[in-house]
Amino acid sequence: MTSVTDRGIYLDATGEFVDAYIVPYADAWDRAGAIPEDLLDRLSGAGLWAPFLPVTVGGQGLDMIGFGTLHEEIGRGCSSVRSLLTVHSMVAWAVQRFGDDAQRERWLPPLAAGRTLGAFCLSEPAAGSDTSAIATRAVPHGSGWRLTGVKKWITNGQRADLFLVFARLGAGTVAFLVPRGTVGVGVRPIDDMLGTRASMLAEVTFDDVELKSDALLGPSAFASGMVLTGVLDLGRYSVASGSIGIIRACLEASAAYTEQRTVGGRPLRELPLIQAKISDMVTDLRAGRLLLADAGRLKDAGDSATLMATWIAKYFTSTAAARHAAEAVQIHGANGCSPQYPVARYYRDAKVMEIIEGSTEVQRTMIAAEAYRGRVR
Amino acid sequence: MEIRQRVLGFITARFPLAELTGSEDIFSLGFVNSLFAMELVMFVEKEFGITVPNEALRIDNFRTADSIAALVQRQLSVTA
Repeated sequence: MTSVTDRGIYLDATGEFVDAYIVPYADAWDRAGAIPEDLLDRLSGAGLWAPFLPVTVGGQGLDMIGFGTLHEEIGRGCSSVRSLLTVHSMVAWAVQRFGDDAQRERWLPPLAAGRTLGAFCLSEPAAGSDTSAIATRAVPHGSGWRLTGVKKWITNGQRADLFLVFARLGAGTVAFLVPRGTVGVGVRPIDDMLGTRASMLAEVTFDDVELKSDALLGPSAFASGMVLTGVLDLGRYSVASGSIGIIRACLEASAAYTEQRTVGGRPLRELPLIQAKISDMVTDLRAGRLLLADAGRLKDAGDSATLMATWIAKYFTSTAAARHAAEAVQIHGANGCSPQYPVARYYRDAKVMEIIEGSTEVQRTMIAAEAYRGRVR
Repeated sequence: MEIRQRVLGFITARFPLAELTGSEDIFSLGFVNSLFAMELVMFVEKEFGITVPNEALRIDNFRTADSIAALVQRQLSVTA
């Protein structure tokens, strides 16, 4: 961004974009189980795929606080669309942070423009939060490697052009950039999930895939885990932002419904128990934004404290989103269980937020460990 | 404050009960994981205004406060 004004215009325009092109169609995409190509093109036109990338490679140069605001906006409209942006952002960020000059030159411009869509390949049939259980393996082959394994629950795996794949190499875990068209790469769609149903999940197989030396992203050995740590941190930040968007969507839907719906001749909004639910949504929306802004400010400052701040923001916002989405359905009664209102989608999507990019249980373990750090010898 | 002391300050701020000297192997203390490794690299880059290139992200460069200080000195001389 060249100025504060440009930044404000860009973020305002994103809100208008969400209202015009996402909110009216999100329920239909949810039922269809896919995001249409024309929306993907519109995201490219609006510069929304990886806006934190520098202007020199086609990005917007957006700071991380702005990035969080942007993903809140997208998340209030459709968590599936936000999920596509999340994994794409993770790939783009990893190339920017850990890529060499050739990798940056090759991949950043098309990632910024949305001509190349990225997907993040970590989870496997037997390895989710436990990344040490990854079974996908790379073995040296000539000047490169051969890659074999199965990745599961890969967001946008059905459509992505470039996979960021984490694999065991010796005793460490390393990251590879694998184009979709590489011989030995297979994609099998996964449909009919509980939530984020339009995020085009897939199982991606790597069958003795031959990779050249330019496929390795970032350091190997001791520091290779930093790629995964850094990428997951950004993903967590995006999911926290999207969770705030869900809370906001629940609040807006519930406020509108309780103004119009009457019981005993009085609007629902006059009932104290309804007011209690609404007040909790308002409060958690503000609290979530403050936690996220703290994590974003620390990211923009390059401060390592952002890692724990992001864990905390994601834990708070994802659990709050699940809680408030359940209350939004409760407020809407039978209507809330029907496809006529979006709150059922929010409810299903919010549950997913408690699982992805570090489950609630893993986050609580990490956050609790912070309290005991000073006691470690 | 010299570089080594600032590095030690960061580590002991995170782990107040860790008794560490400049030459002590921080990996032997048992609290280094990928999260702390990332925090350590981010601290070094922010505190000293450098970027640690991929080829310098080796365990030997981060094993002790002394080796981290030497890495910082090398990177500062590259960018000077």
